[in-house]
Amino acid sequence: MSSEPAAASPRSVRFGVPVQWSRGAIGVVVFLVLAELAGLAIPSSVLPRMSTVLGQAAQLVTNGQFIADVGATLESWVLGLAITVVIAVPLGLLLGSVPGVRFFTRAIVEFLRPIPSVALILLVSLVLGSGMRMTLTLIVYGCMWPILYNTIAGLDDVDPVAKETLRAFGFGRLSIAWRVSLPSALPFIATGLRIASAVALILSIGAGYIIGGLNGPGIGTFIANASTGTSDTPQILAATLWAGILGLVLNAVLTWAERRLLPWHKASL
Amino acid sequence: MRIPGWLRWLGWIRQWLVLAIAVWLWQEWANSRQSTFFPPPSTILSQMHQQWFSGPAAHLFLTSDATGNVVPSVVRILIGLAISIAIAIPLGIALGRSAVVTGFLDPLLQFARAIPVVTAAPVFLALFQLGTQMEVATIVAGTIWPLLLNTIDGARTVGALHLETATVFRLSRWERLTKVIIPSALPKIFTGLRLSVSLSLILMVYSELVGSSNGIGYEMNSASNSFDLPEFWATLVLLAILGYLMNVIVDGVEKLTLSWHRGAKRFAR
Repeated sequence: MSSEPAAASPRSVRFGVPVQWSRGAIGVVVFLVLAELAGLAIPSSVLPRMSTVLGQAAQLVTNGQFIADVGATLESWVLGLAITVVIAVPLGLLLGSVPGVRFFTRAIVEFLRPIPSVALILLVSLVLGSGMRMTLTLIVYGCMWPILYNTIAGLDDVDPVAKETLRAFGFGRLSIAWRVSLPSALPFIATGLRIASAVALILSIGAGYIIGGLNGPGIGTFIANASTGTSDTPQILAATLWAGILGLVLNAVLTWAERRLLPWHKASL
Repeated sequence: MRIPGWLRWLGWIRQWLVLAIAVWLWQEWANSRQSTFFPPPSTILSQMHQQWFSGPAAHLFLTSDATGNVVPSVVRILIGLAISIAIAIPLGIALGRSAVVTGFLDPLLQFARAIPVVTAAPVFLALFQLGTQMEVATIVAGTIWPLLLNTIDGARTVGALHLETATVFRLSRWERLTKVIIPSALPKIFTGLRLSVSLSLILMVYSELVGSSNGIGYEMNSASNSFDLPEFWATLVLLAILGYLMNVIVDGVEKLTLSWHRGAKRFAR
């Protein structure tokens, strides 16, 4: 989605990829230098120095506890998304192809969706207690909407001529769903999955931070521990930096997988 | 293409009817189960009425609890969104029109967007103190990215034909901006605004759960700590209503703004 539309910006075509990369790199370096200079002017108790934050972030790589925390966050991300896909995609296929069912559920969904999922952290932890089960429940609830919505939108976008053609050749309903509807809905589902990926990361870290140590390991718990007592701001910022890198990497992995697994969608990517 | 007015009303009534049936089913189920965790809607409604809307007529029936907690939360959302809009839209249009500057900033923007927003609250909690400052900063830190990136995208993809026409008609820079660039960027800006508005509710609750001495999130936290499930559900339902209303308002503003835009486009042809 972030790739440049070819017709829109002829300049990027003229300058080419190397110029863009070097510009981006210059931008990052200038930002880091400015942040360091700002840190020199402002007392480090208010705003920690950029070099301190980067140093802490580098040290976290050798911190066994932090590695375990990242692993636990990743585990909840993978499991949460997998469970959501297993539930939301078939449900979306059902809702998208049966008009009556769809109307009634849409009304309910319309009223359920505005409830901020972070507000459910406390409710789910009251009902289920804290831990992985609670984190996963939360992730599944939060990720359900984008995947469900995109699956239904994908079914709306199926080419009716292709469906009619298969029907004319005597294919059954299930066979048409498998051969036409699902493949053409898959790019939409993949987009839903990428949105859900960000939501899953947010909920996993958010739940860990609010519940704290009781919720077991995770990046959120790590930040919660760094915040207690005299809060260790450089440590919080260093963990935030890694959380951002994790978010970028997960998004890149999903985009790469989308290109590899859905080659027929390449044109619109 | 236009749906007749009466048909739209019918759809609207049916939607609320479905909600009413769902609430009634929940009422029956909760009454028969006597569950502590899921109180019946009647209990939640009477709790909401008693807690927020049973005040004196002179205060529009709002209780001191409502003016002390609901109002501050709404004000924080409005301030946060106003700051995000004031920064993101002018900056986004400027960046969108300059491929060179965007090239320098792109990696930083992509990274900032990838940071899970929930880590902003602990950072600001450490930088500022408990209170409105920290909550507004968290809301801005989360809501600014969808608005900024969508505005950049909208301003960048202005049709070449529109711009050339503006040049032929010797439009001044200001006219070019207000008559060509901003109107063509508006649909994208609204896409960003929609995302930001729903994020603002999430971040309001989250930042108030993390650290606040008043607000809806604060009430939710204290209800959960004292195991007062009816009060907890009352805050949850209030959040859902707030979220629903915010969506309705954005829809209305979008319809007003973009219908003018569509009209202007038709007129220009």
